[in-house]
This record gives sequence, C-alpha cells and structure tokens, in this order.
Amino acid sequence: MRTLVQLDEAELNTAIHSQNQMGPPIIEKKGISGAEAVVLSLLAEGVECVFGYPGGAIMPVYDALYDYRDRLTHYLVRHEQGAAHAAQGYARVKRRAGVCMATSGPGATNLITGIADAMIDSTPIVCITGQVGKHLLGTDAFQETDVIGISMPITKWNYQVTRAEEIPEAIAKAFYIAQSGRPGPVLIDITKNAQTEIFDFQYRKCLKIRSYFPKRKVDMNAIQRAAELLNNAQRPFMLIGQGVVLSGAQAEVQEVAEKAGIPVASTLLGLSAMSVHHPQYVGYLGMHGNYGPNVLTNQCDVLFAVGMRFDDRVTGRLDCYAKQAKVIHIDIDPAEIDKNVKTEVAIIADAKEALQALLPLLEVKRYPEWMARFREYNAIEYEKVISKDFAPNTPLPKMAEVVHLLSQKTKGKAIIATDVGQHQMMATRYYEFDEPYSNVTSGGLGTMGFCLPASIGAKIGRPDREVIAIIGDGGFQMTMQELGVIMQYHIPVKIIVMNNNYLGMVRQWQQLFFDRRYSNVDIQNPDFVKIAEAFGIPARRVEKREQLSQALDELLNSHSAYFLEVMVEKEDNVFPMVPAGTCIADIRLE
Amino acid sequence: MQPLEGNQQRYTISIFTEDKVGLLSRITAIFTRRKINIDSLTVSETENRGISRFTVVIRTTPDRIGVIVRQIEKQVEVLKAFYYTDDQVVYQELALYKLPTEVFASSKAVEKILRDNHARVITIEPEFIVIEKTGHEEETTKLFNELKPYGVLSFVRSGRIAIAKPMKLLKVHLQELENISVF
Ligand SMILES: Cc1ncc(C[n+]2csc(CCOP(=O)(O)OP(=O)(O)O)c2C)c(N)n1
Ligand SMILES: [Mg+2]
Repeated sequence: MRTLVQLDEAELNTAIHSQNQMGPPIIEKKGISGAEAVVLSLLAEGVECVFGYPGGAIMPVYDALYDYRDRLTHYLVRHEQGAAHAAQGYARVKRRAGVCMATSGPGATNLITGIADAMIDSTPIVCITGQVGKHLLGTDAFQETDVIGISMPITKWNYQVTRAEEIPEAIAKAFYIAQSGRPGPVLIDITKNAQTEIFDFQYRKCLKIRSYFPKRKVDMNAIQRAAELLNNAQRPFMLIGQGVVLSGAQAEVQEVAEKAGIPVASTLLGLSAMSVHHPQYVGYLGMHGNYGPNVLTNQCDVLFAVGMRFDDRVTGRLDCYAKQAKVIHIDIDPAEIDKNVKTEVAIIADAKEALQALLPLLEVKRYPEWMARFREYNAIEYEKVISKDFAPNTPLPKMAEVVHLLSQKTKGKAIIATDVGQHQMMATRYYEFDEPYSNVTSGGLGTMGFCLPASIGAKIGRPDREVIAIIGDGGFQMTMQELGVIMQYHIPVKIIVMNNNYLGMVRQWQQLFFDRRYSNVDIQNPDFVKIAEAFGIPARRVEKREQLSQALDELLNSHSAYFLEVMVEKEDNVFPMVPAGTCIADIRLE
Repeated sequence: MQPLEGNQQRYTISIFTEDKVGLLSRITAIFTRRKINIDSLTVSETENRGISRFTVVIRTTPDRIGVIVRQIEKQVEVLKAFYYTDDQVVYQELALYKLPTEVFASSKAVEKILRDNHARVITIEPEFIVIEKTGHEEETTKLFNELKPYGVLSFVRSGRIAIAKPMKLLKVHLQELENISVF
C-alpha cells in the first residue's frame, strides 16, 4: 500500500521549521521607500539591466530608477510583450534571470504572452508589475487587473506585495525560485502604497523555502541501473534537451557519448548543446528534425533522455513512440517522469550532476553498425531533401540556402535567435551550431513575435557575441516596433527577415492537409527596408541569389545593427515532416 | 455519487500547503486545466499553525493520478500531496437537513427515520428543526431520500474529510525529501 500520513501536533511543530531560510544581510539602508527598496533588491541580486515600460501604478519605482541610472540600465521597450521576451533572450544566453517591469492593468497583461512562453520553455525571468493601492484592490479601480489571478497558471510562483516591508523578501524569493530547480517565470505585483511607504531596508538572499525542493541529490541506485542498461545495450540512443543547456552539462554529454559510444540527437531547445560536427552527434529530433534520429528512435533498445520532456512535437503519436525501448530519463522535475513516456529508470536530478555520476560506471563501447544506420538515413535525407534545399532551381533563393551560407560565414559561432514558422525550422535545421548557448527560440509556446525582442535581450546579455535574428515576414510584424529599442540604445543586432510573402508554415499545412485552400495566409507586407531605415538602421533587400553572399557579408561586417530582407521562394516547404498526431516512423520526406 | 467511467477510480487527495492566498486557485487549476471535475473540496487549517490541508475528491484513471499529484507537489508552496483510494482512508461527510417542525408533531415516522439512520436533531425552532448526520455520501443521501416525503426545506452536505490509515507522519515524509534534496 502507498504510504499515508498522519499528523501529530507536537511532532509537526518541531519538524517543520520556519518557512523561509534567508542569508545574512547584504545591503541595509534605513528610512527608504518601497520603490527604492525594489531597485536596491535588484542590485543585490546582481541585476544589471531591466526591460520595461512605465505607467501610473509603477511610477514610484521608475522615480527610484532615476537615482540609480548609473548602476541599473533600464531599456524602454515599445510594448511590454517585448520586455518579457527581451528578458527571456537575456536569460537564455546569460544564464541568469532576466528582469522585466510593467505598470498595472494593460502593462501587466501585455507581459502575459512572454510569461507563458517562459513558463513552457523553463526560462528564468522575474517580472515586476505595479498595482493600484491596497485600499483600491477589488474596486475596479483605474487600471486594476487581477494580475495575480491571470498569471497564476503561467508562473512558477507569483506574489502580491501590499506593504513595503515585504519587498526585500518577496524579491529574494522571486530570484531564488526563478533560478533554482527547473527555472521559470516569477511575478511580483506591488501595490502603489507599498512603493511609497518608508521603512528600514535590509536585504537577505533566500537560501531555502521549506515547501520547495528544487533539486535532488543524485540517486546512485538509479545511476547504477542506468549504467547497467547502457552497458548492456545493443543500440543505445541519447536524446538531449534544454535541461542540458540549463544545467551546463554540455561537456558531460560529450564525455558520456564519447566513452559509451552513444549517438546523440537534440530537441529544438537542446540545439547547440553539442556541436553538430561532433562525430557522436546524429541530428535534430522532432516534427521537422532529421530523418535518422526520428526513425531510429523506434529502433533503439535503450533510449536515454537527458533534460528533455518528450514534447508531442518530438514524440508524435505516443502509442507508437519508442515502444521497443527501455527508457532512462534524467530530469530535474519529478513531474516530468512518466508524464508522457513510461520510464524504466528515472533519475530525478540535475543533468550535469547525474551525468558526472554516471560517467565512471560506463564501459567503453563502440557501435559501428548502429552509428552507420544514422549515416545511411542521413544520406537519404541529404539526397531527397537537403541537396535540393541547398541548390534549388528556383528563381528566388530558398531559406535553407540563406541559413547555410550564414552558417558557413559565421562558422557556426553566432547566437541565432529565431521566430516561429518555416524560417525557424530552416534556421534550426541548417545552422551548424558549434558553440553552446547559441540557440534562442520559442519552442513550447511557438510565439510569433518572440525573436526580435529576444535577440535584443540576447545581445545585451552577450555583447561579445554576434547575435543574428532570423524572422519571418509575418512574425516580424508582430513586434517590429522593438526596432525602436535597437535605435535608441544602439544595439548591434543583425536582423534577417525571410520574406516569402506568406504565413509560410500555415500555408504549408494548408497545402498538405487542407487541399491547398490558402485561407488568410497571403500577407501584404509593408516596405520593410524603409521601416528599418526609418529607425535609423542600415537596411538592404536581396531579390536575387547572386546578391546574397555579398549582402550577408555586409550584415556581418556592420558594427551597428543591420537589417536584411531576403525575398525567398514563396511556396517552399519544410521537410522532413512528421505530420501532427502521426507516428515518428511515418516521417515524410516530401 | 458521480458514477465512475471506464477504468476510472475515485481518489482522495490530501495536500499539505503553506497557508497562502491564491493557493486554492493554483491547485484547482491543475484539475480544471485537465478538465477534471472536482467532486468535493475541503480546505482547513491543520492543527499546525500556518499549514493548510486540502482534501480533494476526484475521479480519474490510475495512470493519470500520479501525474496529477506530482503537478500539485510541484507548486512552490505545496509541502506534500498524497493520494488514496477509498479503502486507504477513513472518511466522513457531514449533512444538515432543515424540516418544518410540524412533521414531528404530526407523526412518529420522522423520529424513527432519525433513529434508524443515527442522525440527530441539533436545533429546534418554532418553525423548523435542523438534523445532522455524518457518514458517507450514500448514507447522507439515503437519509435525504427518506426525509423527502416530509418536506425537506433545505439540505446541505460538506465535502469529504479524510484521515489516512497508514501511520507514516508528514514530518517523516518531509524529512525524507529534505534528505534527498540539495538547496
Ligand atoms: C502569436 C502566434 N500566432 C499564430 C501562430 C500560428 N503560426 C505558426 S507559424 C505561422 C506563420 C508564420 O509566418 P511567418 O512569420 O511569415 O514565417 P514563415 O512560416 O513564413 O517562415 C503562424 C501564423 C503562432 N505560432 N503564434
Ligand atoms: Mg513568411
């Protein structure tokens, strides 16, 4: 029988210690406003920049920001959705929580898409929203929205502060929760009175919350069983996801793959965790991933999943997914275990720590025939799909060519931010990632409009790296106002809009599954080059294949931001494709 | 009681949480998001200050219940959640019935029904009486059906509260979690 519970008052009182364990005070200042406390708390957490937009209910915090503008840079976005996505882009490449800020009501609701995106893609962001004064809560006051209620299902944690004294601890908890365990978005809603009240500020970092168990020690029994399965496997196969990126386990993945001879494939969000040139790397999983890794998932005998969550875009129909395989699943989040795919061995742990523990137990193995299978499939994919994508006989260039050329010119070393659609799939298929933390995309939510603001956040987070935004003509129009941020703060992001004059991915589905009935995918575009130029960004349009190489050079050589519109083949399709709701083995090459 | 479909089971979920505003929504959202109807829900403070207990009764399949409970435990302010089938818990519900006082005056039948059902009268007013019965849902429903002919003015039933049979303490569970965790 399952173990059950009985409460005993005396014992519980001694067992359950205080709710939050806080560190020693690291900043103190007497008699300051809640608003100043917000800013000091952010500084105490090492925050260098904030993406936001002011308004009535957050004005005291903006007033405090004015005093600290030399220490905390605020980037004024053009729409709060952009603030959330910029914080996400920053977090992905900087490996720490991004911060965004908005006023109550519409300011806060505009953040929602970005928060939902961060939730499903496990991205640590801390959102701070202003709220009407405490005495006005629940009165339908001007710009009052129940932001706590609205954001509840899409935040890892949220909290409404109604007194200034609560601010330091709430923010300390926010950073701790956002960045520990499986990361995610956190929202702190601060009523206006709490921003103006005066109190004695003291900041302590949050070390522990008694109801929250973010990470487990590696269970050596489970590691032992995993090692046994892998050591006795005939056709082992490792799948890596964003957990590898979040835990920084790239080196460990490589060591395990090299020692145990296991082929490795990546999910969309795991891309760049392993160089595509590594001999053990066999490709990209999922709906538009590579042929071999998809088909051979159903032929391996041990499926070793590391920091990935068996999303339906990876598994296709579950009742025909890897049924023959014994599954080992490493994930930091216990709720992911057995959620979609039943596991033989579950290792609930940080990916890096688990792989470190596993490595010494693995035997040196080689699977030449098994590895050859991947190459065979990839050769078929090359012949049927890739070669045609790279050297088409179409008058206009294809997206794949653009990405391929860009990849060669940057040697796979750039950070590639992508939006959502065909260009996203083409960019992630064909960019030959050779550097970790280089892939910034909206995976779980598939949020059009993500790319431009996320690329801004990424460039601010990693000014030392080339950041290239690859966006569709449709998605660009969802957040193109953020060009204003690039203009105002001189952020040298390189932008490529792949213009097929269609909502291409939807058009592809209409072609394949709706009898070519092109319903509302034919989008009339403005003159993008003029728009970019209006924002003071050097811009160019490429309409011929011959101009492409030189235009990319110009983009890459530019010291400032640069905007390149590439007119691409209109009715191009992304293949291979596992049609939604079918078996991965039924992946189509055309 | 709502009928079980397919391979559904009835589960009582006990959730121990911090006593925080908004947790109720967080927890109910886990069910509503999966279109699971909550058959009964009770929230109460435990004898331990600051810790609340949610008792939730739902119907779902054995392969889904674990997934759902892990989603509940994942919430930052949830200490621990447990799920039980009916044979693993001692549970009760409380029902109150309001009847016109004259039904007692006019016949001995109601009195007999109360005695047979182990129900008791908790209040007598000039116009109405209030009867209380604790028991399982079938028992409180049975009493309701028997009283119906005499004119039940009002009938209200609480959610299920439950005590688990096995003896392992929450504190021990938490200690175990603590031991396998790093912070
Ligand atoms: C906010 C949002 N709305 C709608 C969709 C559905 N959708 C997915 S891809 C796509 C088309 C994208 O068109 P475009 O940006 O031009 O990219 P392309 O596929 O042509 O490369 C649409 C509408 C979405 N993912 N996100
Ligand atoms: Mg398009």
